Amino acid sequence: MSVTESLDIDGPVLDTQVQEEEKFEVASQWQLMWWKFTKHKLAMISLVIVVIFYVVALFCEFFAPTTTTQYRAEYVNAPPQPLRLFLDGQWNPFVYGYLSERDPVSFKRTWTIDEATVIPVGFFVRGTPYRLWGLIPMDRHLVGAKEADQPFYLMGADKNGRDVFSRIIYSSRISLTVGLIGVFLSLTLGILLGGISGLMGGVLDNIIQRIIEVLMSIPHLPLWMALAAVVPLQWSAVRVYFMITLILSLISWTGMARVVRSRFLSLREEDFVMAAKLDGCRRWRLILRHMLPSFLSHIIASVTLAIPGMILGETALSFLGLGLRPPVVSWGVMLQDTQRVAVVALYPWLMWPAAAVVLVVLALYFLGDGLRDAADPYQA
Amino acid sequence: MWKYIARRFSTMLFTLFVISLISFAVIQLPPGDYVTSLIARMASQGAGNISQEFQAEMRSLYGLNEPVYMQYLKWMRNILVNGRFGYSFVYQRDAINLIVERLPMSFALAFSSLLFVWAVALPIGIYSAVHQYSTVDYLFSFIGFIGVAVPNFLLALIFLYVSYRVFGRAMVGLFSQDFADAPWSWARVVDLLKHLWIPVIIIGTGGTAGLIRTMRANLLDELNKPYVETARAKGLSENRLLLKYPVRHAMNPFVSTIGWTLPGVVSGEAIVSMVLNLPTAGPVLLGALQAQDMYVAAGFVLLLSTLTVIGTFISDLMLAWVDPRIRLQ
Repeated sequence: MSVTESLDIDGPVLDTQVQEEEKFEVASQWQLMWWKFTKHKLAMISLVIVVIFYVVALFCEFFAPTTTTQYRAEYVNAPPQPLRLFLDGQWNPFVYGYLSERDPVSFKRTWTIDEATVIPVGFFVRGTPYRLWGLIPMDRHLVGAKEADQPFYLMGADKNGRDVFSRIIYSSRISLTVGLIGVFLSLTLGILLGGISGLMGGVLDNIIQRIIEVLMSIPHLPLWMALAAVVPLQWSAVRVYFMITLILSLISWTGMARVVRSRFLSLREEDFVMAAKLDGCRRWRLILRHMLPSFLSHIIASVTLAIPGMILGETALSFLGLGLRPPVVSWGVMLQDTQRVAVVALYPWLMWPAAAVVLVVLALYFLGDGLRDAADPYQA
Repeated sequence: MWKYIARRFSTMLFTLFVISLISFAVIQLPPGDYVTSLIARMASQGAGNISQEFQAEMRSLYGLNEPVYMQYLKWMRNILVNGRFGYSFVYQRDAINLIVERLPMSFALAFSSLLFVWAVALPIGIYSAVHQYSTVDYLFSFIGFIGVAVPNFLLALIFLYVSYRVFGRAMVGLFSQDFADAPWSWARVVDLLKHLWIPVIIIGTGGTAGLIRTMRANLLDELNKPYVETARAKGLSENRLLLKYPVRHAMNPFVSTIGWTLPGVVSGEAIVSMVLNLPTAGPVLLGALQAQDMYVAAGFVLLLSTLTVIGTFISDLMLAWVDPRIRLQ
């Protein structure tokens, strides 16, 4: 009696276990990777954050309350206005207005948040007109003061009375794509040279390995600085942007090449590669059809881990004034203002771009970490 | 061993050669030759006319009328034979003087940072490996990730802000005012040490994270090996066992990672010095690059890289000495 009872209890449990095992066995490699990836909580959260960042960068004109060039001399260096969501217990987002005074002796302006003035804040408000992607004329912004001429500085204003928050959002487009384009360049170089190195071996391999060693043993920053400093001043913003990206990827392809090479070397010995070769598979088909898919996941993981390095590199160069130049806005360009201690001490909100950098870099690292773990789904 | 040293040494020579080419490219890249920009610069400062003789002398010294490879050879000969890196028109003196002033402090700072990285990463790495998945392990992993994600110049900025808020003054520089221009003395060294720890921590944080992870991973591999079990079965106390066998094995990365820690630390030193305004190579290099004072810039790039490569070479020799398996590769 007790035996059948326990069988009854175990029955369905056993069934689902078997089902899961079967599901596991027939699942494709990518399916397995996805399952493994979803187990990494931090990586999942990071994925969401990274996607949000890139979506905001894509539609930055819409997400920013105003534009990067919109300046108002009367709000120079105004402190942040904290956003309040409820007025008298009712859902009614607003910010307080400003009171400014000039010290009669030092002429220094002091700001106080004036709790008597309430500036209502709305979503999808009409504001500064802009062109989405430089093409479609629009004037709707995600958030903003309901009356467009009221001040609305969620993260304060800079030395020209421009909105720091809007500029951070616009900067994300530049800062995040420097990472993407730079990684794309270094990936191309890395796969090409790493592939040659791993497949051909011999003298070519030796030369490429030596070059990689040389590049890795030089301190990057002084070299980046030296190369960035000779970019001519009269170049257009777009050319400078591509030049800086090129300089950043010129050094960082080495890591990628090493990954590709080691993968090719280990795959060369695998049975399925040998089998394909014996089947008379042509060289390129062997590489593209059999070898590449089995290490694509590793490449994706190392690409993700390489992007933050690019973002940090651009930020550092622009911060020093050797990278991108105004009117282009990137997080590094914005941080240039904080080079002097006095500025940081008086207007600490100018350091907000740093928070954006740290957040996105952390998210990309965790995402890459999760991807790297998931890249080998057959490993426990 | 000698064969290994010889091979490694020839690689280093090749690396140094490439570095000298890159540094030379730095001089060549800006438009116009050096003497034209020197003349433009001097004229703008109202230094009067520069005599034709001086111009001709400079041109022949650097071989500016000759093909590029001759210019390179002359530049290298000046450095190797005379120790002259070229003339700085911003500072109006030989670049070598500037370099000699600034470079030792740079490397003192980089070296201290390296020591700091080791001193912190070793115990934390061991602890994290032995107490895998404990709260403290997670805490250090998290701090480590932040250390990697926050670029050290930001760390320096945040530090400046905090010190300004807390102490009411920005803690910049490596010396107090009394000692800034004083000749070397015991008191000055003490004063230096009082200021040195701040940049050292800021520069070291990034590298520490990476080394903790390597140390932890290596030690975890070792801890599962049979010889550890054997030693435990023989009744060795847990601490003694840990320090005597697996830790010694796992220590290898400390030496082997100098190769990538050192360039990172030198880079970090350069940028942190610019933010904190330390009397090291960083700020002068930045100034030289901004003013297109290329002989100074190239000199610094060349020497910073050369010393880094020599440091890596020494670390490789140490590694081969510590771990005999390396020599056979």
